[in-house]
Amino acid sequence: MTAPLLGLSDLRVSYPGHGLRARPTEVLHGVSLQAREGETLGIVGESGSGKTTLGRAVLGLVKPSGGNVRFQGRDITHSSRKERRALARDIQVVFQDPYSSLNPALAVGDILSEPLTAHGATAREARARVAELLDQVGLPGDAARRLPREFSGGQRQRVAIARALAPVPHLIVCDEPVSALDLTTQARVLDLLVDIQRRTSVAYLFISHDLAVIRHVSHRVCVMRGGEIVETGTAGQVTSRPRHSYTQRLVLAAPVPDPVEQRERRERRHRLLARERADLSGARIPRRAAAAPEEWNDTDRDA
Amino acid sequence: MNTPPSNAAPAREQGGRDETPAGGRAPVRRLLRDPQAVLSAGVLLVVVALGLLTPFITEHGPNQASLEAINDEAGTHGYPLGGDKSGRDIFARLLHSVNTSVVSALIGTSIALAVGVTFGLIGGYYDRRLRGVTEWVFSLVMTFPGLLLLIVLLPVTRGDYRVTMMIFGVLLSPGIYRLVRNLVLGVRNEPYVDAARVSGLPDRRILGRHILYTVRGPVVIATAFLAGASIGVQSGLAFLGVGSSTVPSFGAMIADGFTNFYEEPLQLLWPSLALGVITACLVLLGNSLRDVLEGGRPKPSRITAPSRRPTTGPAAEADPPGLLTVQDLAVAYPTPSDGLNEVVSGVTLSLRAGETLGLVGESGSGKTQTAFAILGVLPAEAVVTRGSVRLDGRELLGLGERELSGIRGRAIAYVPQEPMANLDPSATVGSQLVEGLRAATPTPRREARERALALLDRVGIADPRRVFASYPHQLSGGMAQRVLIAGAVASRPSLLIADEPTTALDVTVQAEILDLLRDLREELNMALLLVTHNFGVVADSCDRVAVMRQGRIVETGDVLDLFRAPGHPYTRTLLDAILDEHAPRTDPPGIADERPLKEVR
Repeated sequence: MTAPLLGLSDLRVSYPGHGLRARPTEVLHGVSLQAREGETLGIVGESGSGKTTLGRAVLGLVKPSGGNVRFQGRDITHSSRKERRALARDIQVVFQDPYSSLNPALAVGDILSEPLTAHGATAREARARVAELLDQVGLPGDAARRLPREFSGGQRQRVAIARALAPVPHLIVCDEPVSALDLTTQARVLDLLVDIQRRTSVAYLFISHDLAVIRHVSHRVCVMRGGEIVETGTAGQVTSRPRHSYTQRLVLAAPVPDPVEQRERRERRHRLLARERADLSGARIPRRAAAAPEEWNDTDRDA
Repeated sequence: MNTPPSNAAPAREQGGRDETPAGGRAPVRRLLRDPQAVLSAGVLLVVVALGLLTPFITEHGPNQASLEAINDEAGTHGYPLGGDKSGRDIFARLLHSVNTSVVSALIGTSIALAVGVTFGLIGGYYDRRLRGVTEWVFSLVMTFPGLLLLIVLLPVTRGDYRVTMMIFGVLLSPGIYRLVRNLVLGVRNEPYVDAARVSGLPDRRILGRHILYTVRGPVVIATAFLAGASIGVQSGLAFLGVGSSTVPSFGAMIADGFTNFYEEPLQLLWPSLALGVITACLVLLGNSLRDVLEGGRPKPSRITAPSRRPTTGPAAEADPPGLLTVQDLAVAYPTPSDGLNEVVSGVTLSLRAGETLGLVGESGSGKTQTAFAILGVLPAEAVVTRGSVRLDGRELLGLGERELSGIRGRAIAYVPQEPMANLDPSATVGSQLVEGLRAATPTPRREARERALALLDRVGIADPRRVFASYPHQLSGGMAQRVLIAGAVASRPSLLIADEPTTALDVTVQAEILDLLRDLREELNMALLLVTHNFGVVADSCDRVAVMRQGRIVETGDVLDLFRAPGHPYTRTLLDAILDEHAPRTDPPGIADERPLKEVR
């Protein structure tokens, strides 16, 4: 067994407090995970769970205060700016907002060729690669000459994906890449991401708050809450037979687009909440303890 | 002009904000359309050109004195504006002074820009420590008393106004530094800057290409004012007699004219006029630049008053029974090219008491505009071109703002998408609730307060007293939404319009808010118009659904029927795009590149 592509062990991140004597606030409390080559690791969590900080730490945009990040077996936790620049060939990013993640002043062709020329490609090579990339993400060839504002949200997100693919990376951190898009566009962009993965075996660290999206693209899923990972498993297991009570609540809170099934799910959620309340008023159970799974197995049709 | 998005690209991907931003038109072109900009820039160009052509226009040098020309009348041969008290050609001195001013402005602004922009970029982009140092240095520079320092440094500058202007440029730089630093701080965490960093671009390239672009506009504007300041200070110093007396300058000329004021008042007029015109033009040009580069797009001129023609045809006679009936409603916005762009084109829907109608559609489908039209809160430039909105048989379109606000407070209530943006950050939650309650029904403050607390309790807030005394920033998004719902249902409205009420919330909070809305609806027998893009929310809360696309309702139906047997192809497309609830991804992680080949064979 070779080393995993990406490994985090006991990763901690703190943000400095405001004011003279303020203590830093820790937002990641020791997160460990591994992602393999060609795999999508889904990170799901609600706002404030630390999922975005996790992605930024992998990208080197925030400095960890403890633990380490290993990429292809190498420790990259404290790499210098220069080492980071070299890593840019291997680790890329797609952000959530397709409007602010593209510089409004640059033509799409320049946005795509910039990282290539920065890594030593000639203008001619870069042009050829840009055409290839546009084709790969399903944009017309003349897109290179146009400005980002001439594109719709979904098309801009395709440009952002093309930019991430430019240096043929091993890992792309996708931070809520489809959350700002319409339903039909969302499905198409997800399919594009899966398709690209099959062709290039790039790995994704796929961060999202939406379980349905996570389920659709992930091989394995980590559920985050309050700066910790509460549950890890295959996509099928985590989204259909969750073990941790928080994951169960998360799954039951997401409405199913089917009125009958949704009524059932709503009732199950109410039962789960009622039982949790009863548990809490009885004895204090440790936060990490898994809730009794019987309710889940009784009624779950996918189990 | 703007190129419309290509249709060759994935055609349906018209998601998101489709409007073209204000920067669509080239700033230079917009500047050329502004008479103030054209006029001031024109005058400045003429003045500078005259300055450059001085040797060819004038017959005398600026310091060439002739005893015959002393205090000559304007128009004397060879002395178009006459001679001054030393017998020098006023016209020639004026033109030479222009050159002095231009050189002062160039030196002063370029030094200020070079120093200010460079350090502003560094101070804004890099971490706190470096910023601390630059901040301290520039604050120190700011404390120097500028004019005094320039006078004191006379021995260093040896009276050369160019050296003085260099020092003045440094003194001006803190203003530019602060401007640039603040702008950079604002954009340095923008995703596109992060993306550039992740792309492995070196810092100087990120600064030069991605960040400098955003600070460009404000710096251009500031430059016009800096130039004015430089010219002013140079003239001021010359007026005081600081610096070489052989350098022709407006200040020196004004000083000369001043001493000679009672004999030849015109000698004071010419330099003052020239200096005034140049500075005024710079300030006016600066203002025009500000309007073009920073001001939003010019407001489209309103073509018609927000009037509408209610349909009083047979359709209106045969009103379907119900609480709310909207018929053939159309809303349009004026386009810059003086046309009308219809965003809602003939929407018809009805809602019974106690019923929930989901208004579903993708962004740009007109669902929010429809809701706003019913509420009567469309932006001022919007035009309701036709249709009718009846609540309990009463026509709402065309009512005055006073009548409408009465109805909005009592019969129709509204829950917005962004709870935080709809609470006043400077007032406590309680005072806002009490204010709303008393506006709807005049009650004593004490009673309103009791009622507000009861409402907070009713919407599931655990500690109503604490929340009552809190400011909005102390609440979570879910709590804020509960507060707004409390305010909305306070007057027991018969219709609640909720515009994406849970889109900004976490999924667990969303479930709670939907539960709350469902309970309140049953309790108050309210009708609920739920605007949403989420079919899960529709399935959870709605009795009936109306699907909107491009300003039209393509299908209306019972929620069960719609999900089981969608009638319209567009509804089917939408439902098909929903990610499957029960099928997680099953294909194994790909390892190598040979897999596609295998599949092909």
